[in-house]
Amino acid sequence: MSLKLGVPSKGRLMDKTFAWFEKRGITLSRSGSDREYAGKVEGIKNVSLILLSAGEIPRELAAGRIHLGVTGVDLVQEKLPRWEQQVEEVAPLGFGKADLIIATPACWVDVDTLDDLDAAAAGFRKAHGHRLRIATKYHRLVREFLTEAGVADYTLVDSQGATEGTVVNETAEAIADITSTGETLRANHLKILSDGLILQSQATLWRSRVASYDAAEKTVLNDLLDRLR
Amino acid sequence: MPNRSQIQARAAMMRVRFEAAGAHVVDTPLLQPAGTLLDLYGEDIRARAYVTSDALRGEQMLRPDFTLPVVQMHMSEGAEPARYTYSGEVFRRQEHDPDRSNEYIQVGYEVFDREDPAGADAEVFSLFALQLRGLPLRAATGDIGILIAAVAGLKTTDRRKAALMRHLWRPRRFRVLLDRYAGRKAGLEGRDALLDAADPLAIDVPMIGKRRAPEILERIEALREDRAAPPISDNELAGLETLLNVRETMPFALEQLRDVAVDLPQITPALDRLEARIAALQARGVDVNTLDFEASYGRTSMEYYDGFVFGFYAEGRPDLPPVATGGRYDALTRQLGEGAEIPAIGGVIRPDLMLEVEEGAQ
Repeated sequence: MSLKLGVPSKGRLMDKTFAWFEKRGITLSRSGSDREYAGKVEGIKNVSLILLSAGEIPRELAAGRIHLGVTGVDLVQEKLPRWEQQVEEVAPLGFGKADLIIATPACWVDVDTLDDLDAAAAGFRKAHGHRLRIATKYHRLVREFLTEAGVADYTLVDSQGATEGTVVNETAEAIADITSTGETLRANHLKILSDGLILQSQATLWRSRVASYDAAEKTVLNDLLDRLR
Repeated sequence: MPNRSQIQARAAMMRVRFEAAGAHVVDTPLLQPAGTLLDLYGEDIRARAYVTSDALRGEQMLRPDFTLPVVQMHMSEGAEPARYTYSGEVFRRQEHDPDRSNEYIQVGYEVFDREDPAGADAEVFSLFALQLRGLPLRAATGDIGILIAAVAGLKTTDRRKAALMRHLWRPRRFRVLLDRYAGRKAGLEGRDALLDAADPLAIDVPMIGKRRAPEILERIEALREDRAAPPISDNELAGLETLLNVRETMPFALEQLRDVAVDLPQITPALDRLEARIAALQARGVDVNTLDFEASYGRTSMEYYDGFVFGFYAEGRPDLPPVATGGRYDALTRQLGEGAEIPAIGGVIRPDLMLEVEEGAQ
């Protein structure tokens, strides 16, 4: 059997992943038309390319349906409880860098830290009768971070996109989201808490600890890892 | 490992014993409306309970414990005084520890009685001790009420006391606040400039979001008041620290706490209650001279206890959760009672862990 490598199926993440492998003498490409999610691998034998949404790659690694996969640290840590047991980091790829942060409206001049956020949440709940809402798609990471920091009286609301807009639209009071340059945050009149960095993420190549490897797959894996590291 | 029918048989036996002690058997639905639980515990409950939903009823949680629905039931229809017992499954997510069960049986006993709180404390503890007799368990006790009294009586601003009270169950955050109010931590850089500004909101960003200017100004006013307030005195701080570190057998703990009351006289009524409880326990045949008391026991964010607390732990098995836990939760009845309140205490035993400890001891 061949070693299965999962790669994001579209956009910059796919292009940069392809370029990263190319530099190491392995050519990945999409076979057929742009709309077809089948891939081709040249430069190494017995590796097959599986094109997937970046968000599904953690799950596929944890299920052992792919042996290797490229996806962000953020997605692995959010989607896989006890992720260290399920996947091993092979190599950070140096792109797709982004920070998962907590941001509040810039007009909250009294809020610079998590400590302030906690105090603001207490006042907010008293004034409005409901908890201060933080919009995010990273529920587990954000909850664990805020629990650790001892922030109370907040609630997470789900936002799968355009999260920065939730504050203006008054469906949330603060957000926890991925940012690389902070430009979208500024454009939406938001600021990052000084101690609000939850996680630094980048595109990373992972190996599944759960997948089964037969003798042939093991040989290919070692060969591949030698060339990548 | 004990199997399900053994566990159920043990649970049934223990419930019968609680009935014999005068409790009515009650049951509660497995699905609980999520709103009440979220309101009480906040977002933390989502990490602990299984959430499900339908379009009509909205979010529901698989019963994470019995206490909440039993209190609700009592507050809406119960007569006084009342004793309840129950036995059934509870569900807890265990994402950090695959060895812990996410579904297990609890057998519980709850007492709603205004007449004699010390007597009720002793009744519940001694009943639990009786149910667990013969097992190699260590009992721990504490009293959150002493810490509550200590904070309530601090000579400082109401805002500071409210903030400390709000984080009583989060020991780390409590510590940070205490250090700040004692003037042991430097203020935030740039904060003085903000507080000194004639118009703190004179900034070139638009006001957005549901938290509006008056709320921001109110908090700035609170920060100004806090900056002007004198630090919590060294005496009070030392008293609190000594209090939090008390860890002794019951009579010695009381003695040490009486010393603390020299600096923190506000805890004296709570200590009188502890003394009454010790006497009530003794009257029921509990050997208080070997019973541990830790003043910090029971301070975890997921609990609602505000007075006497206790737990029974398997000796030599730090991997196991406590076999039984319980405590007083007067404030919870106030919160759920919509104006009504009643002193209440209760606890739960896990028959599965009892059987596991028995197997290990043989």
